Amino acid sequence: MNKKKLHLCYAKWGYIFILPFFVTFFIFSLIPLVDTVRYSFYEYYRSGIKEVGPNFVGLKNYLELLHSDMLSYAGNTMVLWLIGFVPQIVIALLLANWFTDLRLRLRGKQFFKVVIYLPNLIMASAFAMLFFALFSTNGPINSILMSFGFTNEPIDFMGTTFGTRSLVGLMNFLMWFGNTTIMLMAAIMGISPDIFEACELDGCGSVKRFFYITLPMIRPILAYTLITSIIGGLQMFDVPQILTNGQGNPDRTSMTLIMFLNSHLKSRNYGMAGALSVYLFLVSSVLCFIVYRMTNNEDRPSSKALKKMKGGSDS
Amino acid sequence: MKRTTHKLGETVLAHIVLIVLSFLCLFFFYILLVNATRSHADLQKGFSWIPGNYFFENLKSVANDGSFPMFKGIVNSLIVSTCSAALCTYFSALTAYGLYAYQFRFKKLAFTFIMAILVMPTQVTAMGFLRLMTNIGLYDSLLPLIIPSIASPAVFYFMYSYLKSSLPLSLVEAARIDGSSEFLTFNRIVIPIMKPAMAVQAIFTFVGSWNNYFVPALIIQSKDKMTVPILIATLRGADYMNFDMGKIYMMITVAIVPIIIVYLLLSKYIIAGITLGGVKE
Repeated sequence: MNKKKLHLCYAKWGYIFILPFFVTFFIFSLIPLVDTVRYSFYEYYRSGIKEVGPNFVGLKNYLELLHSDMLSYAGNTMVLWLIGFVPQIVIALLLANWFTDLRLRLRGKQFFKVVIYLPNLIMASAFAMLFFALFSTNGPINSILMSFGFTNEPIDFMGTTFGTRSLVGLMNFLMWFGNTTIMLMAAIMGISPDIFEACELDGCGSVKRFFYITLPMIRPILAYTLITSIIGGLQMFDVPQILTNGQGNPDRTSMTLIMFLNSHLKSRNYGMAGALSVYLFLVSSVLCFIVYRMTNNEDRPSSKALKKMKGGSDS
Repeated sequence: MKRTTHKLGETVLAHIVLIVLSFLCLFFFYILLVNATRSHADLQKGFSWIPGNYFFENLKSVANDGSFPMFKGIVNSLIVSTCSAALCTYFSALTAYGLYAYQFRFKKLAFTFIMAILVMPTQVTAMGFLRLMTNIGLYDSLLPLIIPSIASPAVFYFMYSYLKSSLPLSLVEAARIDGSSEFLTFNRIVIPIMKPAMAVQAIFTFVGSWNNYFVPALIIQSKDKMTVPILIATLRGADYMNFDMGKIYMMITVAIVPIIIVYLLLSKYIIAGITLGGVKE
């Protein structure tokens, strides 16, 4: 009873401490969100210096988007994401398994971890600019390939759909596989060593151990990685934007949804940008909900990793 | 007997794969650094594995270029990233402490709300954000890049998890009995305990802000307020073929290298922090 009284008189401090967060969120996220949704129902754009609208048009923007190239841009985004994600998850699983397997005598573990995580911190736009310079027709990569005699003519990497998409995929792969490896490693280290010991006694080899013990045990964190990566993929912007100078060349086959949104924002077509944002918002909400369910589960994926990192200190 | 040889094979294979991947990660940066030290004329002749001696010449021409004020951009980026990191870590810790240490009516609702928006992309509100900033006169200012970092759900979640595992509430009670005010308790007792978590998150927020391109590109208009990523984008949009290539490589180097140096110095903490973070894009 005494305790309850104590909490009561301190309650106001709780409100005061969380106030800045919620005020900031209200002003910089909630008002913009409401505004975005509102103008998605209006015809509101600028042509030249003349401003058209805002006129209420109902769902016209939404329908117009469905008939525009939006769906093919959504397809592009998915393809670009897949090209980066599939090798990323395969390599990350392999590396995480090796890093945690004590029976392998791996040298320089810390060095490799530092190196593979490095590209994650690099400015995506500068990285894309670097790739643009390196892979241009008279760039160093072509020069290297020709000096080794792999090709006589310089290859126009960014002239083909396949080339551009592969470059974007390669960049995304390089930027994220280290991060995923380290996440999965923590998950594997969270598995009780007893289980591995038992499986060893039963005589299962590395391959069996991986498929029958490791993989099922880290399924929650795998699912978590997948969903957060989809959300990241949905936001893909910097790399293709800089690599193709916002054009999504060739023939807009590397144009992503956010690049499309950006072009509407730059041309001040608020109605269309609003409707596109609402589509993105709906998709992200579903994904957010899945993440919410995962992080609030009893055996949430990150809690195990968290405990491990803290040296098993009690929560 | 057979078993050990099998493991040996796998060890060798693991090393080969790791070396190939490390090579892939470092290769592009090596070319970047080599090319940044060579002159435009040298670069035209083709690629060389050996660095040239044009490093300072290139650096000087980057510094003196008025149309791409790279060093002004670095100063802007430093201001934005430092302020964001400071605001974000302090207020996330404050919010986490408020929700962890106090009992109040809307506590659960507030927590649920933050968890629900944990991974919501900022891009979906960009249009309203741009309009709001234009209307309140913050268009083309650095403030809209800094202030919103006060509300960072992912950093909050990290801080909250950390508090839960390392701050016993009895410590707060003890401070109260000693007559410490609530704010003082937070600043003098809770913050020191949270230092490791705050350091890790400060690094990640700094890097995220340093690399951020989408929002600054919408908000910033004038050249002297541009941050580094926007300058890189302008560089890409300009008539690129007529440029001194040595200078271009040097500009990319200048944008990337500060982060690499910080990373190499703090890599131990950063690597340990990734899994603690749990929630990142």
